[in-house]
Amino acid sequence: MTLSDKIVTSMPSQGFEDLRHDFLKALRCMILSRTLEDKLGSLYRAGGRIVGGVYLGRGQEAFSAAAGIHLRWGRDIYGPLIRDQAGRIAFGEPVLDAMRTYLGVSTGPMRGRDGNIHRGRPQVGYMAMISHLGSLLAVVGGALFARRLRGTLGDSVGATSIGDGGTSTGAFHEGLNFAAVEKLPLVVSVANNQFAYSTPTHRQYACEDLVDRARGYGVGGHQVDGTDLLACVQVFRTAFQRARAGEGPQMVVGRLLRLGGHGEHDDASYVPDLQKHSHEGRDCLVVAQGQAVDLGWATPQELRQWEKEARKEVDQALAQVSKEPVPDPYRESWQALSTTALMEGQER
Amino acid sequence: MSSITYLEAIREAQYEALRDNPEVFLYGQDIGTFGGAFKATKNLGREFPGRVFDAPISEDAMIGMAVGAAVEGARPIVEMQFADFSSVGFNQIVNQAATLYWRTNTPCPVTIRLPSGGTAGSGPFHSQSMESIYAHYPGLVILTPATVEDAYWMLLDSVKLDDPVIYCEHKFLYYHLKADGFGQRMPIGKARIARPGRDATIVTYSAMLHESLRAAEELRLDGYEVEVVDLRSVKPMDTDTILASVARTGRLLVVGESFPWGGATAEVIARVSSEAFHLLDAPPLRLNSKDTPIPYHPNLWKAHRPTTASISAELRKLLRY
Ligand SMILES: Cc1ncc(C[n+]2csc(CCOP(=O)(O)OP(=O)(O)O)c2C)c(N)n1
Repeated sequence: MTLSDKIVTSMPSQGFEDLRHDFLKALRCMILSRTLEDKLGSLYRAGGRIVGGVYLGRGQEAFSAAAGIHLRWGRDIYGPLIRDQAGRIAFGEPVLDAMRTYLGVSTGPMRGRDGNIHRGRPQVGYMAMISHLGSLLAVVGGALFARRLRGTLGDSVGATSIGDGGTSTGAFHEGLNFAAVEKLPLVVSVANNQFAYSTPTHRQYACEDLVDRARGYGVGGHQVDGTDLLACVQVFRTAFQRARAGEGPQMVVGRLLRLGGHGEHDDASYVPDLQKHSHEGRDCLVVAQGQAVDLGWATPQELRQWEKEARKEVDQALAQVSKEPVPDPYRESWQALSTTALMEGQER
Repeated sequence: MSSITYLEAIREAQYEALRDNPEVFLYGQDIGTFGGAFKATKNLGREFPGRVFDAPISEDAMIGMAVGAAVEGARPIVEMQFADFSSVGFNQIVNQAATLYWRTNTPCPVTIRLPSGGTAGSGPFHSQSMESIYAHYPGLVILTPATVEDAYWMLLDSVKLDDPVIYCEHKFLYYHLKADGFGQRMPIGKARIARPGRDATIVTYSAMLHESLRAAEELRLDGYEVEVVDLRSVKPMDTDTILASVARTGRLLVVGESFPWGGATAEVIARVSSEAFHLLDAPPLRLNSKDTPIPYHPNLWKAHRPTTASISAELRKLLRY
């Protein structure tokens, strides 16, 4: 069996009626995500508004959203990473959180202290990534661990993401091993987008496919064509069901291509044209829209309507955030401890 | 020689190190074909086939492999993509590299390049200055070049040294700082009087040298002559040059970009206070960043780190005393 035979790829001729709801929910998140990210990209290129980098999930929306739709805001635990805008939306993060964090206004969840993708609301189970790759996995695991310890786990589940490059970190190995030993209800999405910044996968790992590692950790392994929303919805449904059913961590490896630079500063000229025109270089949003129409789940008019609504939401968010205050160093507390009484004089 | 940047100096030094010694190789994320996140190794992979390697995202293994290679006689230069990520390789740096010679009498000629320090919009994990953390550990040499000349010569010297070197290159200086050439080599371990003066001494290093020089210039308009000492290497620290300067001026301000608790600036104050208390006409002052992680928004970032304005304000305080 070749690798591509093993990967789940959907065939729209089969009956997928039970996936319809999930699929359409994910698709609408993808549309909103793409619209938002296009706006962030153009704000970056225009200069001035966004200081620092912009990191987009273009081409990874299907894989990310198909995980995110299984998570319930306030009940499950989500630790998204760099290319998970679609998953964040599916989880329930308001567009305003993203816009406010990118523009660094003090009204946002990060209050200008941290930016762009480094955002979250940990108190509702929405972890805020640090840059150091791999290090979020154990944190999501720890939150699940505590819930189980306190008897509040219920049917809640945790999910986090990593790229092919991030799987090379010690933190990823340690975190996944710990989660497996503890048999935590955790779904780990591995977006194998063929490049870690400029580094191709053959300089990153030597196994045939990253899913081979699942067996080594003793976790469930799943493979999916990350450009195919229908397949992603199907595979993540199984993975989340198993995690919730007490079968321990599930690792879902999606094969896809990052359709852009590492960040918007990067022209990705190192990605060979051949790869851009390969199957994994398909635009998952175009594929999903085609599937929706083919299956009779949405009309082209409805798709245009959803895009219009997404643009309106994004434009409104930008207009609102543009009027919001930026941080003022004189009003900033400059306090890194929650225990105010233990703060030292800070000037020197 | 036409004008050359701090970043180009780092690239040139690596070029020459590779050219002059077959034992030198480069290891780091995205440093081959791509030339590195900051292009510090641009074209080196092409010019030295088989000696510039793309590493997986495995900082612990990257440092560990360099130590192993050094044991075998190689002289690796490891690039951390950002200084901040060296925390992932911390164990290998402070426990493996730093103890090797002392425990086993085996030299450890490893150079670890840390793209360091803050730039606007980079946030808490792409802005850190880690010289003080590493200086705390015995067995490491900590270089903090502030000029194009030092960036070049000190990197060449690092590769020749038989000890592990933490080479802290400041990202803020990469593109803006230029010189007409590489000038004279100054030995590692010697501080430099970057600006002579008689009324007060600023001791500083890395990007803060330039903020300090501007502050000294501001104070000149008020009639003060402020001496500025560039440490160049945080460890070893050239106490003699510092003491000689304080003997001339009687007043000391120490400026560093890293966090305020302890560190290189505190070390300078401790040495001067205990060895030359009688030379001081005013309590010595130090200025660091604030005691919070490094903020993302430029408004906060500018207030978090020392700047020309805040250094000038401290200087005025010092001179008024
Ligand atoms: C421990 C660590 N080392 C280095 C980096 C710098 N860095 C940021 S993203 C990146 C590439 C990540 O590639 P991958 O995990 O495949 O995710 P992708 O960007 O392709 O989505 C690197 C090297 C980092 N964030 N963390």
